[in-house]
Amino acid sequence: MSVWDELTGQSEAIAIFRAAAADSSLRDAPIGDSAMTHSWLITGPPGSGRSNLAYAFATALLSPPDPEGEEATRRQVAARTHPDLGVLSTEGVIIKMADVQKFVTTSYFSPSVSRYRVMVIEDADRMVERTSNVLLKALEEPPPRTVWILCAPSEADLLPTIRSRVRSVRLRVPDVAEVAELISRRDGVDLATATRAARESQSHIGMAHRLATNEEARRRRQLTLDIALGIHSVSDAVVAASKLLALAGEDAKAITEERDAEEREGALRSLGIEPGGTIPPALRAQLRTLEEDQKRRATRSLRDGIDRIMVDLQSLYRDILLLQLGVPSEPINLAIHSQLVSAAEATTAAATLGTMDAIATARKRIDGNVSPALALEAMLISAAR
Amino acid sequence: MAGKAAPKAAVAIPQLGWSKVRPATIVLVSGTEDFLADRAIRILRDTLRAEDPSLEISDLEADAYGPGELITLASPSLFGEPRMIRVTGVEKCTDAFITETLAYLESPADDTYLVLRHAGGVRGKKLLDAIRGGLGNGIEIVCAELKKDSDKLDFAAAEFAVEGRRITGGALRALASAFSDDLAELAAACQQLLADASEEITEATVEKYYSGRVETNAFRVADIAIAGRYGEALVLLRHALASGADPVPIVAAFASKLRTMAKIAGARGGSGQLAQQFGLAPWQVDRARRDLQGWDDAGLGRCIELLAETDAAVKGGGRDPVFAIERMIGVISARGA
Repeated sequence: MSVWDELTGQSEAIAIFRAAAADSSLRDAPIGDSAMTHSWLITGPPGSGRSNLAYAFATALLSPPDPEGEEATRRQVAARTHPDLGVLSTEGVIIKMADVQKFVTTSYFSPSVSRYRVMVIEDADRMVERTSNVLLKALEEPPPRTVWILCAPSEADLLPTIRSRVRSVRLRVPDVAEVAELISRRDGVDLATATRAARESQSHIGMAHRLATNEEARRRRQLTLDIALGIHSVSDAVVAASKLLALAGEDAKAITEERDAEEREGALRSLGIEPGGTIPPALRAQLRTLEEDQKRRATRSLRDGIDRIMVDLQSLYRDILLLQLGVPSEPINLAIHSQLVSAAEATTAAATLGTMDAIATARKRIDGNVSPALALEAMLISAAR
Repeated sequence: MAGKAAPKAAVAIPQLGWSKVRPATIVLVSGTEDFLADRAIRILRDTLRAEDPSLEISDLEADAYGPGELITLASPSLFGEPRMIRVTGVEKCTDAFITETLAYLESPADDTYLVLRHAGGVRGKKLLDAIRGGLGNGIEIVCAELKKDSDKLDFAAAEFAVEGRRITGGALRALASAFSDDLAELAAACQQLLADASEEITEATVEKYYSGRVETNAFRVADIAIAGRYGEALVLLRHALASGADPVPIVAAFASKLRTMAKIAGARGGSGQLAQQFGLAPWQVDRARRDLQGWDDAGLGRCIELLAETDAAVKGGGRDPVFAIERMIGVISARGA
């Protein structure tokens, strides 16, 4: 069994990384036209398995004699405990500059057990310009045994100065059939459900897994589409926006609430405070820091929830538009085909395109910190027309 | 005022307004209005010092209180001077402070005036209840926030009455509306007029010193704009910005009003029923209904879209946040036309 087996639909990218890992384990020679280089960028749409591929490559590099990946190394990488692996990821909206500075410092340590030190940055697009600049020097001239792997949705998300310092590998959107096959094999769901989940998640592997295995997630998605199709006036739109926001909030809460409580309890225990006991003033600052981190995570998770809703809505209007233009292509939301047809007859293609533009605008606005309620309302009002 | 702030537990000590403060072994100064509390404590100090100039004043911070500090300050001195101990931050006090003060209340020292400043909150409730229950034979000075405009008018009128100066009713109202936000500012303005203006204080005097100053908030600006009074809304916006309002909350105030209006526009039913349905207060529903006169669906839609655009502009997306708001007010007071 090899580390590359569990990755779906990315055979071209896997070939590149496998060659690089093999090449690096064959010789110690200077990097010229070899398949290996010192900094990599993996780009691809969300859910295509960027970070999984990054960790597979890391495993292959960290287990030198074997480009297929040793079992022990694989387990250490999976637990993120390998001594020569550095990981920077974030649960907040952005990666903090101080974290990157610390991370860059550790990249100058020599590897202790492997031939390489591998530094992985998930979500490299979540760095603002100032923060990215901290990386430049380390990316351009890393110590001889350090390899950088960055992940981002697209090259355009990174500064040109970063792009010019990395070798870029693009992932493609996996086929619906491939994702469905993976989901039904791994999660033991029947193929019909898996196919529907794969199609509705637009081949996002993580989302497909969630839709296929979680009844509640399926219900929320269905509700989102129903709400959007039921908008006929400005008043409807405003009410719908508040409903959608509540849905996203529920979604986010389901993910974070339990963890927040657990973390707080853990922190109290490690500070030596009995459950229910009062917190001495001197220790309050520490708990406050924890709460601030949790709040950042909640913001991110609410935004992710809203983002999922927008992806779902975009798929809905895409389907309607294709019907209006008479393009013979399989709709994403096959399950509600009759509703799609009646919605397509009620409006024109131009109006549908306008709504899709409004979704894109709302996305941009939320990125610019506009209050999500207001951005959603403005978006849905254009759907009402 | 004192009666309103009274807790449910029986109060066995006199509860007085800030101007009625008088010496007592224990003086509890409670309530959120720091300015009045400072004043009451200052009056008390001046009274005590007038009685005996050798008064010894010491200050304690209850939030950083260490065991034994109170007893050290309150124990009798060689020459037996009267002592005044001012304690701030009782609402954040340490446990040691509560136990030691309770012990002190059992037998207060002679000639010692203990002033406790508690700015509201539940911390130290045991201590407050003990004092209010009559332990230590103290008094309570209630310094609640002056919320109503009429309270502020009374306050300003009292400022002039104390000095025996006459002020016309119109001048008083102009003054109170110019400084409606912060009581300390209002008091300072009164003092300045008392010190500078010679004879009777009229509207002309107030106009001369504080001409055209109106304190307002985002919701008032929104109300006027939604009612369609464009020019007035712009003037009020400038007043709001000049007296410290920020563009971001102004947009949020507009958004919350228009959102309620849009929800109510499409709904039918009694106001109580709608209030429950949308999680609003009944008066908000009635208000939104009144605001909706002259509006139509398309206009509301355009205004909400513009609000989203303006929100982006005031949060760094545009060059001039104030211009963005002015433009928005223009469209909203034309009801989206």
